[in-house]
Amino acid sequence: MYGLKQEWDIEPQPRNCTLEDYQGAEARWCPGCGDHAVLSAVQRLARDKQLPPEKTVVVSGIGCSSRFPHYMKTYGFHGLHGRAFPVACGVRSRRPDLHVFMVTGDGDCCAIGTAHWIHAIRYNMDLTVLLLDNNIYGLTKNQTSPTTRIGERSNTHPKGSFLSPLNPITVTLGITNASFVAQTVDWNPPHLYETIKAAYEHKGASFVRVLQRCPHFTSHIFAEAQHDLSQVLLMNHETGITIDQPVQRLFPNKIEHDPRNLAEARSLSERDDVYPIGLFYQNPDALRYDHATSQGVGMTQSAKLAAVEKALDRFVV
Amino acid sequence: MHSAVVEGGREQKVREARCVNQHIIEIVSDSGEGAQTCGQMFADLCARNGNGIWTVEIIPAEIEPPSRSRAGASGNRIRLGSTQATNAGTYADIVIALNEQVLYSRIDAGALRPGTTVFVDQAAAENPDDEIKHRYADAIADFATKGYVVVQVPIDRQCRLYTDDPRKGKNMWVLGLLCAIYDLDEALVRENIARRFAKKGDALVRKNLDLFGDGYGWALQNVEQRFRVPAQRSAQPMVVMNGNQALALGIMAAGMEVCSMYPITPATSVSHFLAANFEQVGGFVHQAEDEIAAIGFAIGCSYAGKTAVTVTSGPGLALKTEFLGYAVMAEVPLVVIVVQRGGPSTGLPTKVEQSDLLAALYASPGDSPKIVIAPATIEECFHFMITARKLAEDFRGPVMVLSDANLATGQQPFPKPHPSESWLSAPLDQSAWDPEIPPFAWDAKTGLSRRPIPGQRGGEYVLTGLAHDEESHVAYEAAINQRAMEMRSRKLAVLQGALKPPRVHGDAEGDLLVVGWGSTLGAIEEAVDAVRADGLRVSSVHLRFLSPLEPGLREIFSRFKQVMTVEVSYSDDVDSGYMTPDARRYSQLAQLLRSHTLVDVDCWSRVPGSPLPPLMIEQQLRQRLQPAKREN
Repeated sequence: MYGLKQEWDIEPQPRNCTLEDYQGAEARWCPGCGDHAVLSAVQRLARDKQLPPEKTVVVSGIGCSSRFPHYMKTYGFHGLHGRAFPVACGVRSRRPDLHVFMVTGDGDCCAIGTAHWIHAIRYNMDLTVLLLDNNIYGLTKNQTSPTTRIGERSNTHPKGSFLSPLNPITVTLGITNASFVAQTVDWNPPHLYETIKAAYEHKGASFVRVLQRCPHFTSHIFAEAQHDLSQVLLMNHETGITIDQPVQRLFPNKIEHDPRNLAEARSLSERDDVYPIGLFYQNPDALRYDHATSQGVGMTQSAKLAAVEKALDRFVV
Repeated sequence: MHSAVVEGGREQKVREARCVNQHIIEIVSDSGEGAQTCGQMFADLCARNGNGIWTVEIIPAEIEPPSRSRAGASGNRIRLGSTQATNAGTYADIVIALNEQVLYSRIDAGALRPGTTVFVDQAAAENPDDEIKHRYADAIADFATKGYVVVQVPIDRQCRLYTDDPRKGKNMWVLGLLCAIYDLDEALVRENIARRFAKKGDALVRKNLDLFGDGYGWALQNVEQRFRVPAQRSAQPMVVMNGNQALALGIMAAGMEVCSMYPITPATSVSHFLAANFEQVGGFVHQAEDEIAAIGFAIGCSYAGKTAVTVTSGPGLALKTEFLGYAVMAEVPLVVIVVQRGGPSTGLPTKVEQSDLLAALYASPGDSPKIVIAPATIEECFHFMITARKLAEDFRGPVMVLSDANLATGQQPFPKPHPSESWLSAPLDQSAWDPEIPPFAWDAKTGLSRRPIPGQRGGEYVLTGLAHDEESHVAYEAAINQRAMEMRSRKLAVLQGALKPPRVHGDAEGDLLVVGWGSTLGAIEEAVDAVRADGLRVSSVHLRFLSPLEPGLREIFSRFKQVMTVEVSYSDDVDSGYMTPDARRYSQLAQLLRSHTLVDVDCWSRVPGSPLPPLMIEQQLRQRLQPAKREN
């Protein structure tokens, strides 16, 4: 039925999508994996925003977290290791009508896909990017990732990692044209949800790093912080990520941080005494490359034909 | 014959133009002296007259090589014909060199023969630097001993009468010289110059016309050679362009909207043309951060409904192979253009080679059957884009189009295509999808299936590069994997079933069959024709489909005593050191044909970095035919 427009479909009753409409195959992540929490949050968001499942695309790379699209009942693209960014950008390039989510992990994004990460942030196409960072390669069974802490043992570094971990937030804040950089944790569902919601609502590439554990290989890493919320610094602002007062009260450490303040965002991102969560930086006015890539979308066939004729005419001898 | 007459105040030597049915002209200069513009304009004028032309660029490897150096030669070779010119030919009949040193690079390249007329700017003879003066004198003497007909021309001196910067004026002066030698209508050329430079202002038009006129006049007075290559104007409008422009226009005419690329020689100029023109058809060129991202972006765009194209060359192809495998596995329509250059590794970036055939076929790990086609002419570069997009969509997978540096920069006239709406991709299908139909509803006979596109309600599915079943669900079961592999492979058999056996050039049977692919078409057929003219029984076949191969090859091969490929790629010579029949490595098409047909296909291949001259091929064919001849 080429050429039919969706607007012509007759909808006898207003559509109401329930959580089930976004639930794909049963998630096969390990029990206790932070990925489950992120999946629930995204499904809730899709329901709350009533995103048409057919207009929603979830793109991922390879790794545990990249199984994500299979568990959504939307369109999905489970791609190649490290290459989710270019695919997501390509999906977005000519489809301003779609809602594009991208899920990646610390190996996928910060190791094999680093070049694409930097450039996709700079392109600032409208994508909701979720970095599910559990500081380890889980799918391939316990290898050091760029965000693994110094001294942590793994199968590739049995005596402990040699290097200090790469900080994905400082990296992203250093990229020209970054427009939305946030951090949240898998063990606080309200904050996780609100952060992903703010990321979705932002027009541009919104980058969210989710701090989470791998129940198998890094179950200890945030154990203390989970129980002792004083290790977490809640970044608050009226234009930032807002959570309910009762939830806010759980956090003894709070700071008012204007997400327009890039210098302060960078300085906060470098704190290693606490885990700052919330919105580091947002610039709704950053240039968006998808405005360029989508030029000419919907040009009529006859206009195209006329243009091809004209282009050929220039070569007539 | 040699009467001097005065016409329009100009004394001229009147010579009767010698009629030739083809002629080869080269114009070489230091890089940046505009020899390429001059060659281009001259070729366009001849094409407009109705001559067949084939032009190739002579490109230095460096951007700004030292002046007056062998390495620095930049320019054009133009082959004129009274009928279609299909290749660059072998030896130049006339070479115009803006200094004597750049001429040496052409001599080194084997482009000249005794008897070639060389027009050399004599500026160096008047240079205050004694060394330059001596080198010039030595070179001129050397040229004469090599048997060239040397004509010293005061190009620089004459140009200085009209411009302070002769580097920017010589091209127009030389154009005048050429137009006089080849008897082109002066008024027509003047009109052309005026039109071409109109945008740059009257002063420049006037200056260029003066320079042109002076070159034209000087030639009439001083040059004895006159040639006429009879021309026949075609009844239908003709276009002249190079292969990369043809690919780019083909992309536009095929209705593709995204070209995702990373700069790489000699493929980049496809995207240059698109960058300047694509928006006229609503298209966009994405310059990605690397070759991998370029194909990833294209695949994302294709997945979302608009079949995209990515353009690269050998080293870029190497980087793209993982995503190519993905496109095969996940059945994503995609067009991949590979404008081949010399390899392996960085190889010969600006030079001609056909060595990426096997990489295109097999570079992805696992069994990844894909369609590979190769245009053989500039015209085919255009039309194959329309074919490629359709094949990619109908057969749901990547289609690789192998061009090469010879087609990329070669120019040839062909009938102006008449674009049709049926060439364009269909508008995005956003109608509801029957949820009962899985995303890989492989037809049991053909393996073909239709894909849901994001936006189609009811078609939601997750694409994956993992082994999967019809529902696109990850599946590692043996039976499912076997069947999915079979379905993907089956598509190539179905496509082959739709193809015709290739046309045999020459008799349908004989002593020797030459098989080629890609840009060697013209040179091979010219060589075959020359040998056939002597009554020898040689024919040729030129393949456009490399995967699947065109049908009927074994049957065609069986009608010839010998079959050999001619390719611009490496193969061991039988009689080279340490070589045994077991150790010998065949060129790439020969390998493919041997395994495909089980016929003992031989090969002759060279990697000169330039197109194979027809004469060189002809010599090989004659050599191969000698034993067969003795048998008779």
